[in-house]
Amino acid sequence: MSLQSNLASSTTQLRAYAPKTDLNVASPPSQRERVRPHTAASKRDLRTEPRPIRFLIVALALLFLTVFVVLPLVVVFASAFSRGISAYFAALSEPEALSAIQLTLLIAAISVSLNLIFGVIAAWAISKFDFAGKTFLITLIDLPFSVSPVISGLVFVLLFGAQGFFGTWLQAHNIHILFAVPGIALATIFVTFPFVARALIPLMQEQGTQEEEAAISLGASGLQTFFRVTLPNIKWGLLYGVLLCNARAMGEFGAVSVVSGHIRGQTNTMPLLVEILYNEYQFVASFAIASLLAMLALITLVVKTILERRLDEGQIVSDD
Amino acid sequence: MTIEVKNIVKKFGDFAALDTVSLKVGDGELLALLGPSGSGKTTLLRIIAGLDWPEAGEVTIDGEDALGRGASERHVGFVFQHYALFRHMTVFENVAFGLRVQPRAIRKDEKAIRARVKELLDLVQLDWLSDRYPSQLSGGQRQRIALARALAIEPRILLLDEPFGALDAKVRKELRQWLRSLHQEIHVTSIFVTHDQEEALEVANRVVVMDKGRIEQIGTPGEVYDNPATAFVHGFIGESIVLPVDVSDGAVRLGGRPLNVAANGAAPGASKLFVRRHDMQIGPAGSGSLEGAVRHVRSFGPIQRAEVALADSEGKTVIEIDAPRDRELQAGEIISLEPRRYRIFAAHE
Amino acid sequence: MSTAVARRSTLPGFGLTMGLTLTWLSVIVLIPLAGLFLKTFELSFDQFWGIVTSRRTLSALKISFGLSFAAACVNLVMGTVIVWALVRYRFPGRRLFDAIVDIPFALPTAVAGVALTQLFAQKGWLGAPLAELGIKVAFTPIGIFLAMVFIGIPFVVRTVQPVLIDLDPEIEEAAASLGADRWHTVFRVILPSLIPALLTGFALAFARAVGEYGSVIFIAGNLPNVSEIAPLLIVIRLSEFRYADATAIAVVMLLASFIIIFAVNRLQRWAQTRIPTH
Repeated sequence: MSLQSNLASSTTQLRAYAPKTDLNVASPPSQRERVRPHTAASKRDLRTEPRPIRFLIVALALLFLTVFVVLPLVVVFASAFSRGISAYFAALSEPEALSAIQLTLLIAAISVSLNLIFGVIAAWAISKFDFAGKTFLITLIDLPFSVSPVISGLVFVLLFGAQGFFGTWLQAHNIHILFAVPGIALATIFVTFPFVARALIPLMQEQGTQEEEAAISLGASGLQTFFRVTLPNIKWGLLYGVLLCNARAMGEFGAVSVVSGHIRGQTNTMPLLVEILYNEYQFVASFAIASLLAMLALITLVVKTILERRLDEGQIVSDD
Repeated sequence: MTIEVKNIVKKFGDFAALDTVSLKVGDGELLALLGPSGSGKTTLLRIIAGLDWPEAGEVTIDGEDALGRGASERHVGFVFQHYALFRHMTVFENVAFGLRVQPRAIRKDEKAIRARVKELLDLVQLDWLSDRYPSQLSGGQRQRIALARALAIEPRILLLDEPFGALDAKVRKELRQWLRSLHQEIHVTSIFVTHDQEEALEVANRVVVMDKGRIEQIGTPGEVYDNPATAFVHGFIGESIVLPVDVSDGAVRLGGRPLNVAANGAAPGASKLFVRRHDMQIGPAGSGSLEGAVRHVRSFGPIQRAEVALADSEGKTVIEIDAPRDRELQAGEIISLEPRRYRIFAAHE
Repeated sequence: MSTAVARRSTLPGFGLTMGLTLTWLSVIVLIPLAGLFLKTFELSFDQFWGIVTSRRTLSALKISFGLSFAAACVNLVMGTVIVWALVRYRFPGRRLFDAIVDIPFALPTAVAGVALTQLFAQKGWLGAPLAELGIKVAFTPIGIFLAMVFIGIPFVVRTVQPVLIDLDPEIEEAAASLGADRWHTVFRVILPSLIPALLTGFALAFARAVGEYGSVIFIAGNLPNVSEIAPLLIVIRLSEFRYADATAIAVVMLLASFIIIFAVNRLQRWAQTRIPTH
């Protein structure tokens, strides 16, 4: 129902079919097409379109994806290296860049680990027990997915800002949340809140409670049951959730931009530095940082594809 | 070990899964809980295991209150219907699990654990599978591993939920005999749940017949088959002919015509006459209290099964009877029928 | 002893984990969001209405919602074309193109923003040829629209793709055997069964575009009343310390996205009742 979770679940579903299309046995009609002589092509097959239409559709799809997805990605790397490799690495070793990288890693570490713990706990409560209002609770957990990033930042400004609910109290006690690490961390935790829980809940619901019941009846304690039985069964799903959570945590821009205050060398994360450098026409430096984030995105996609395979294999075994 | 269940009530919302159920299981018994789905048999088993809790009632194991303890403290071996083997562990580790999670003070050392697991795998005759994963086993093998795993903790009692439910017919028969001989060997008080009457009668030494959250009858296989206590038991176990009769003044009438059967103290009013298929005595036309036309005969093995349209009801009531093959029946023949053994239950039951 | 034991559960930890879940959920999500609504109650209705209907706010909302709608429409059409190509045809690089559909989702929005701007700027790879045709993209509403198209692609593709894959081939064969030509089969049989998924994908893409900030602001030009999106106006009001204004706009946007979530939920329930086997 929410944006990313929907995306994640539908891609998982999708991968389940990938192995079938790879094998040349039992292939769908459109695949048989390729080995068939041209002359006999379209008439015999009920489930495909005439050749020119097929060509047109594929061309349109590829053109669209190239213009809107491939080119922007290429531009990032082309611009980053437009003044050569040494300029690229010089830009990355600027103190500002290094401190942004450091802050981004710190924020990701904080928000991923907290959401990891929360996600596992929430998934346990939601998937292993029956209670009223379960669907509603899942909707609440999903909520941050449907809130604009800017609003995700705004809510913390309203709580902790100078005019916010706790603003005066915080000032009196000299506690800095906004325009400091805690504020950035809070906003990041908010926007990445659902990832781990949403990756685990469907998986754990599907696995049911039988193995846990078996462990308990064999004398295992609650923690023994979790660490020895539940955790090994959900490890790939957990990794999947952590991966997506991490990608978003490192790349978050809107929410962090609102709460960070853009203090150079102190509260700039990598995406914020990309913006600042770009607005100062330091294109090479800006795209150098951007290229690191783009690499992160690409690696995330590759690992995600591998994990989805793993998850499907797990499902096949459990269906058996 | 003995088990005693007293006045157990369990509800799921408005639905009474168990309605004041009481039961005593003696030491070393092999007891079957038999009933259709929704009769509450699995719920009762799970309550004894500590996997579910009743709204009211008591469960004692060897005189000790069990409801105050969680499943992990009851020392009850439970074999799940779908086995619930740990899919990420080898067969060996599955069986060893219960030994490895024991508190350090009483936990066996690795060597003793290995020896015990080996012993159990030998017992279920699957020691050669110890390095496999559950997904690599057949259904029957998984079943036996699940049993070995449950036995590893030296349970006081053994509970099996539909132990043969997920297996195909041939494997099921083999495992039935195997389970009975295993029980003779280890002699642990055991309860198993089944919806298959043949399984219950063949394996258990006592059968508890359940329906709609209540116990209908408890008895040996012979008792529940030959002396069903209720209409439900008569209908559920073995194949029965059911005739709508009316009891009044000590006479039993079918469609107004008196039958040559005694009311045996059955209450007056609309009733049902239950007769086993093979308990109908066949005679020449006019010799018995029921008469009918043979419509169709199939002969196999020692019996012939005949479809008979009863004359009293203008051919509307058709019953199936089993007769020995010493007197071949012919389609179209008019015969008379006389119930040899029968039971009468009030119609509303 | 007879009643003391009701309502226990086999697996341990329900109370603890549920308590922690609700606490953490409240601290991170519910209380902050409630604070937003609480803040609006500091305004009288007239004040609230005044902010929301001021020319600049209305323009920003119109730009955000209008362009998001247009972008979602393009995503709907192009998403269907992409799904069709990926699912039904085999061509070199198909698996690669299937994988890159997720890039707009995975790429940090700021990176997407600067990349799109660079690409469509007047001297950019695509901006230059377009400029020769007299079309200016960067720093105009067209730029906003293109950025919204970019981020919306995966939503339509990934919602429709599994449904098209799952579609029973027999349906098409039945249609063909009943004498329908390919055109009729596609438009009368296949596409109608994709409608719930298409609408869901459309709604998700729309919702994402409305709230989008990072990929849009670089290419937008950000001229008040012309190319200023609502999320940016929130940021501007915050930097001017006009919290009430920022909050009022945020509440309008938040309510809109709640309505969209609700619609998507309904759509998915509808889809489930329409196709009972799934």
